[in-house]
Parts: sequence; C-alpha cells; structure tokens
Amino acid sequence: MTTETAARARTLRARRRLVIQERVIAALLLACGVVSVLTTVGIVVVLVSQAAGFFGEVSPIEFLTGTRWSPGLVPQSFGILPLVNGTLLIAAGSSIVAIPVGLATAIYLSEYASTRTRRIIKPILEILAGIPTVVYGYFGIMFVTPLLRSVFPQTQIFNAASASIVVGIMILPMVSSLSEDALSAVPRALREAAYGLGATKFEVSTRVVVPAALSGIAASFILAISRAVGETMAVTIAAGMQPKMSVDLLASIQTMTAYIVQVSLGDTPYGSLEYQTIFAVGLLLFLITLAMNLLSQRITRRFREVYE
Amino acid sequence: MSDSIAPRGGRFEPRLARRQRTGEIFRLLCLGAVVFGVLSLVVLLVDVSADGFDALQPHFFTNYASRLPERAGIRAAILGSLWVMVLVGAIAFPLGVGAAVYLEEYAPHNWFTRLLQTNIANLAGVPSIVYGILGLAVFVRFFAMGRSVIAGALTLALLSLPVVIIAAQEAVKAVPNSLREASYGLGATRWQTIRHHVLPVAMPGILTGTILALSRAIGETAPLIMIGALTFIASDPSGLLDQFTVLPIQIYNWVTLPREEFQTLAAGGIVVLLAALLLMNATAILLRNKYRKEL
Repeated sequence: MTTETAARARTLRARRRLVIQERVIAALLLACGVVSVLTTVGIVVVLVSQAAGFFGEVSPIEFLTGTRWSPGLVPQSFGILPLVNGTLLIAAGSSIVAIPVGLATAIYLSEYASTRTRRIIKPILEILAGIPTVVYGYFGIMFVTPLLRSVFPQTQIFNAASASIVVGIMILPMVSSLSEDALSAVPRALREAAYGLGATKFEVSTRVVVPAALSGIAASFILAISRAVGETMAVTIAAGMQPKMSVDLLASIQTMTAYIVQVSLGDTPYGSLEYQTIFAVGLLLFLITLAMNLLSQRITRRFREVYE
Repeated sequence: MSDSIAPRGGRFEPRLARRQRTGEIFRLLCLGAVVFGVLSLVVLLVDVSADGFDALQPHFFTNYASRLPERAGIRAAILGSLWVMVLVGAIAFPLGVGAAVYLEEYAPHNWFTRLLQTNIANLAGVPSIVYGILGLAVFVRFFAMGRSVIAGALTLALLSLPVVIIAAQEAVKAVPNSLREASYGLGATRWQTIRHHVLPVAMPGILTGTILALSRAIGETAPLIMIGALTFIASDPSGLLDQFTVLPIQIYNWVTLPREEFQTLAAGGIVVLLAALLLMNATAILLRNKYRKEL
C-alpha cells in the first residue's frame, strides 16, 4: 500500500514538474517574441528622444521647409529639403529603371516563359537583391559612371544618375518577383474567358491579367521604392556628399542616408547639435519608409481579399 | 486605342495580323527586360572579378590593412566578419526560432499576437542604417560596449531577427498537423511535441532561412559604420569587447581612397565577399533540395 502511495506521489510530482516546465518554456518563447517589440520601441525611443533635443534648438518648421542644409558650416542652417530632394531624386531615378524593366520581366515570366525558364530565371534575378550594397557602390563609380561620362562628358564623378541606375538594378528583383507572384495568382479562368472572346496573348496580358493583379503590382512598386529610399552605401559611394535642391541627374547630390553616414564618419562630437541632426534625419527617414511599408501591406491585404 | 478590338462603325474588323504583330513586339520588349536583368548581373560579376583578380595574392589574405597598397590585406576584415557572423547566428537563431515557435504554436488569436506579427513585418522593412542608429545609441553608448565586436553583432542580430523569424515561421507552419496530433495522442506535452517532432522536421527550412539571413548580415556596411567600425585595425579580434572591422567596411574604406591600387584591392575584397556569399547561398539551396527529396 505504502509503495503504491509513494509511486502515485512520485507521478504527481513529475506531472507537476512538467506543468511548471511547460509554463516556463511558454514564457521564454513569448520573451523571444517580445524582443522584436522591444526593437521597435528602442528605435522609436532613441529617434524621438534624441530628435527632441535637436528640435529644442531648431524649429521643426525650419527643419521641414528650409532649403539650405549646412550643419557643419557657420552660419549653420538646418533645412532638410535638399536631403529629401536627393533621396527623392534617387528614388525616382531608380524607379525609372526598376519599374518598367521589373514589370516587363514579371509579365514575361508569368505569361510567356515556360515553367522551366521561370524556375531558372527568377532565382538568378534574385541574386541581384542579395549582392551587398557596397558592391553596387563600387560598380556604380567604377563602371556606370565612366560609361555615363563617355555619353555625357559633363557628368560629374559623383552623380545621381549612376547611383540611380545601380539602385534600380538592386531593387529590380523586388519588383519582378513580387509582381510575378501577383500575376501568377490571377485565376486562369480570367485568361481563358478573354481568349474565348478572341483576344490575343498581348491583349490578355495587358488588359486582363495586369489590371487584375494591379494591387499586388502596386504593392511591389511601393516596397521597392521604400527600399531605394533607405538605401545607403551605393548612394554614399556613387552619388556624393553635396546637399542641394537640384534635379540634375548628372551632378552630385546627397541623400538623407548618405548624410547620416557622413556625420558618423566625421569627428563631430557626440551630443553636439550637429551630431543630433542624424537622429532628426533618421526619424524622418524611418517615418517615410514606415508609411510606405504600411501602405504596401494595406494594398496587399485588399488584394488578398479579392482572390482568397 | 488604334488597335482596339471593339466593333467600329457597326462592323467588327479583326485586323488579326496587326494585333499579332503588336503582341510579338511586346513579347520581345518583355524578353529584353529579362535579358537586361540577367545581363546586369553578368556584367557586374565579370567587371568586379576582372578588376579584383590581380589583388588575389596569398599575402592579400594574411596581411592586415596598410597604407601601402602592395602590402595591404584583409586578414583583420575576414576574421572580423567571421566573429560577427558566428555571434549574429548565436544571438538571432535562438531568438528567431523561439519567436517563430511562439507565434505558430502558442500565440492566442488576439490583438497582441496581431501586433507582434505586424511589428515583425514592419521591422523587416526598416532601413539598415536606422538599426545602426539604434545600435549606436543603445549598445555603444547606453550599455557602454564601445565600438566592439559584440556591439556590432547585437546590432546586426536585431537587423536579421525579422528575416529569421519569418523564415522559421514558414518552416514550422509547413510541418503537417498529423505529426502533432500523433504526439499529443501518445500523451506528450506541447513542448515535448515541439521539441521532438515539430522542430526536427522544420529544422532544414529554419536553417536555410537563417543562412540566408546571415549572408545578408555579413554584407551589411551602413549599420556597422554607424557604430564606428570604420577604424584602422591591425590585430586579430580576440574577445567580445575588441575593436573590429569587417569585409564590407574594408571594401568601402578602399573605395574611398584615391589611388588606383586601392580600387584593385577593393575589387579583390568584393570577389572574396561574393565568393563567401555564393558559398552560403549554395549551402542553403542544397539544404532545401535535400530536405525536399526526403519528404
């Protein structure tokens, strides 16, 4: 009898230990998930608290509307528009490369290519997205810029055009792969119906499939542009360090990201007003890319509602 | 809309030849786009390899950086990159898998889970330089780690985490439910089921995703420049708090120097970096294919 009670007690104890172990493990796993929330909180707290110090000295209106950016010169001037202008110029320039080429690639892979071709080409193009950005910077300044200068001799050594081209190549697979996914998700019945009405393949592709996948395609464009906005090394190396309000693609400009790199490379003392600019610029950069990513997610969600 | 197929003047004119011609031109344009993409990759790889081939001497791998291009090498950069890669893997892998298992196996369907999921998706889209700002303020300054290997590794681990989580979630999601049911049926607890049945089956997928995330991390330059890793290093890192440099930063450093010999060294560094990435990606693909065959 006593051995039986003892055995039962042992089983109970073991079971209780298991229950506790299960709870501890669940809590640990939850903690792993919370790290990602803490990362976001950390980013927001760092950017906002440090930028608050900056905005105590410089009015946000001057920051957002000023057209001269010269924190390192006397008199200092903190108008961020030249940096925004540089960033938008690169975003627009790279879009001119990546959007038409990426969409045409997606249409070819989804509508014309055989399964075999698609299975080979898609990963090859995705290699482009995996190449480190510092390599694109090197390629821009050592290959694209000399090429541009042979066509347009007035091109400066550092110029927005070569940075735009290499960033465009870098984000190309984002447009082509995500758009291809959207095009392939269009139900076959839609294509068959259009063929049944006598449409050619071109008409089916451009007037039925592309419009049906438009939200997915738009989401891929926005994601790609957001990536171009946040791109740092290629533009730092190839586009130069001259903040200015100009849309001349053949001249040197400076993006928000390149400015942040420039400050952290220099000998600006930590805590000075000039150093704090990187948090203000970083905050604006974070908000712009966040807004674009949220927009892209919203568009994708609507797209899913239509087809699932 | 000159090639409209709508009836005009009450009569339908197919004009098929013309429409087919338009279609053929369009097909060729699209094919041209594919060729452009592939050609860009080929030109980039060939151009860099041709530039960097001369730099690939034995001493290039064994020497430290130097002001004299003929004596400069990537020893410190390679060792630094290895340190960072191992540390990032050691930090991001358990955290990422833990978070993925929580989200797939434990999380209730409520606002907090949705918040976690949205948060992870958005973190994946945050520019890498913003992680650099975070690392600078939190690890280098607040926790006073200085410009050390561990500060760099923690920064890059946070950057890689969303990618690892998303890949691990996909892998855990792909494990058939019948496996879990069978394990529960035999009286196993939730964690026993996950540990002995779900994770082993999901592991190849998780490893593939982790390797890809690591290959992205060792190519990162901007966040490490932010935390101050662009310094002249002429010693091997020997501890977590040592200063360090990595391959992409050494490449950037050489790219910015005016003498042409340094550009050759930069290209040589790029060749080594790309070869390492290729090796990692090939491993990931092999792992995935092996796993596919076994299923």
